[in-house]
Amino acid sequence: MKRFSWFNATALTLGFAFLYMPMIILVIYSFNASKLVTVWAGFSTQWYGELFRNEEFLNAAWVTIKVAVMSSSIATVLGTMAALVLVRAGRFSGRTLFSGMIYAPLVMPEVITGLSLLLLFIGIGLDRGVLTIVLAHTTFSMCYVSVVVSSRLVSFDQSLEEAALDLGCSAFEAFRLVTLPIIAPAVISGWLLAFTLSLDDLVIASFTTGPSATTLPIKIFSAVRLGVSPEINALSTIMIAIVTIGVITASLVTKQAAVRQARDARMAERPA
Amino acid sequence: MTQSVFAPWNDPKAKPLIQFRNVTKRFGDFTAIDNLTQDIFEQEFFALLGPSGCGKTTMMRMLAGFETPTEGQILIAGEDMSNVPPNKRAVNMMFQSYALFPHLSVWENIAFGLKREGKDKESIAARVDEMLRLTRLSKFAQRKPHQISGGQRQRVALARSLAKAPKLLLLDEPLGALDKKLRQDTQFELMDIQEKTGTTFVIVTHDQEEAMTVASRVAVMDEGRIIQVATPDVIYEAPNSVYVADFIGDVNLIKGRAEKRAAAPADTTAQPVETPQPPATPAAQVSTQPVDGPQPNEIGEWLQNKLLFPILGKRDPQPKRLPPPAPNTDSRPAKPAPKAEIQPGGLELHWAEGQPPIIASNGDPDLAGQTLTLALRPEKMSISKEKPTAPNVLRGAVIDIAYLGNLSTYHVQLDNGPMVKVQMTNIRRIARRDITWEDVVWVSFSETSGVVLKG
Repeated sequence: MKRFSWFNATALTLGFAFLYMPMIILVIYSFNASKLVTVWAGFSTQWYGELFRNEEFLNAAWVTIKVAVMSSSIATVLGTMAALVLVRAGRFSGRTLFSGMIYAPLVMPEVITGLSLLLLFIGIGLDRGVLTIVLAHTTFSMCYVSVVVSSRLVSFDQSLEEAALDLGCSAFEAFRLVTLPIIAPAVISGWLLAFTLSLDDLVIASFTTGPSATTLPIKIFSAVRLGVSPEINALSTIMIAIVTIGVITASLVTKQAAVRQARDARMAERPA
Repeated sequence: MTQSVFAPWNDPKAKPLIQFRNVTKRFGDFTAIDNLTQDIFEQEFFALLGPSGCGKTTMMRMLAGFETPTEGQILIAGEDMSNVPPNKRAVNMMFQSYALFPHLSVWENIAFGLKREGKDKESIAARVDEMLRLTRLSKFAQRKPHQISGGQRQRVALARSLAKAPKLLLLDEPLGALDKKLRQDTQFELMDIQEKTGTTFVIVTHDQEEAMTVASRVAVMDEGRIIQVATPDVIYEAPNSVYVADFIGDVNLIKGRAEKRAAAPADTTAQPVETPQPPATPAAQVSTQPVDGPQPNEIGEWLQNKLLFPILGKRDPQPKRLPPPAPNTDSRPAKPAPKAEIQPGGLELHWAEGQPPIIASNGDPDLAGQTLTLALRPEKMSISKEKPTAPNVLRGAVIDIAYLGNLSTYHVQLDNGPMVKVQMTNIRRIARRDITWEDVVWVSFSETSGVVLKG
């Protein structure tokens, strides 16, 4: 059988073109020597240099990273705690309601979340700035963390924690020494998810930001409204590169873990 | 009872290590443990045996401190455990799933509890190495739990729970995940380790064979209550209820109306066995003339008559034999006891229409007049084609034969009665055994083989 028919090849090409063409064009034009985005004037890396001299962009990037790190860390702590209670606490009254409510922000339109947070911050008289964005991002990314961590906790053998208690741990020690190291991969991926969500959020950030704090998405969005500059292309290319490296690293690590596990399983079967 | 036998439960002065005092545990509407009182002594190997949901695991989890009793008290070494959390108890548990910490090596797993005690490094290392030697795991110290086999994991779990030298070790279905051969080896290992360390072991299991093998006492549980606590041999030979008899091993339960037997030795007591005349059968006729030696079969007879007789002359109907044996061989157990030796007293059980009653001289005469159950172990009965002389002889037909190699179990449909299982050791090779399907056979047993139980 001919596995790679013309039809298959065409479908594959079209599909990938649809997915990656915009990005490829963006990357190519980031190396354009011309200031006009749509006219190719030869290869150049000058826009990358410009980008690193542009204070505004650098500030925005710094704010974004600060916000992302803080909000994802807080969200990870809160989300993990919520997941622990919802998975572990057994049947308390209103448990279904609570577990439903923790997922609600996943489906809530961002505009609504942003607007309601804005009203809250105005209501309690909180000056809008980095702090309000961090709080807003924590609010909506916490539920993502909770979903990721609770899916791991469901398959966590609770007798491990009981064994730790039995061997003399306090409840907190049991969590720190046994539960946390075992669920760490889920907690880390929850943190990464929260970090990415915070990094590219535009809608909620623009509702809750103030004049003192401009995140990168807000900056790009407002810059593009004045016209697409090659600097933006360069910035986007850097972001694409970072994401690509991240994804490849993660998949390599996963593959290595699978290989190691297979080797361990063989080792266990061999009589020693 | 001799002094050397380990039986603190018979010693009124012995102080129990564990005391359950009227303990009740409810989960919502469900009563897992129902007003239970039980003592367990130091150095005992105590088995909690029962079907799933009988409350045995709840009892163990209450000892470990993972559950608290709804009512009543649990005392360990005389101290009330109500408000003592699991990490403050001198009790360790070996979990059914082993609960080994997957992120730690075998060595670190065993050291885990010792580190929590805040001991210095040298004494921790010494203790861990001792435990590794005890469980023969020294080679695997640096491996992670998923890098070793199931049997080795089980030993790591045991070493980890023993490392802190607990007063009491709880084992929750410890051998459930092992295959049969490994399980048997490990049972002996467990007993060995229990003896070496002198720790009190409480084991939860649903495997009655395992409980019988390892335990000094077995508690058979049902629906949150302990039905019987006794040594394995008593549990097996003298169950106190139909439930226990049925739960432990194979048993035939024959229901019948009990009548009192004369207490004094009288000739009449033995009569019911012999007097009833069952319909004449070939087996019964054969039994009138005992066969002393090997008899030729049909082919042999034919050969003798057609070929050998003209040459060798007439065959001596009696085979050549040794001179009569010395008189002391008369006491061989193979010889059925004379009728007069059937023990007097007890009960006789009228179990089927037109059948002789079953004599149970060990039955309690006070129970006469009630409908009782005779619990009879298959291996305490024997089966033969000729009617033997025995206190109890029942006629039936072979319905099924289960060949187990060392044993064969015969399913015999008694005349007008229930189906019974009879187990015989396969002393002879299969070609020499003559009982087969649909044969009419006689099932016999002594007057003390069975246990008469209420219900």
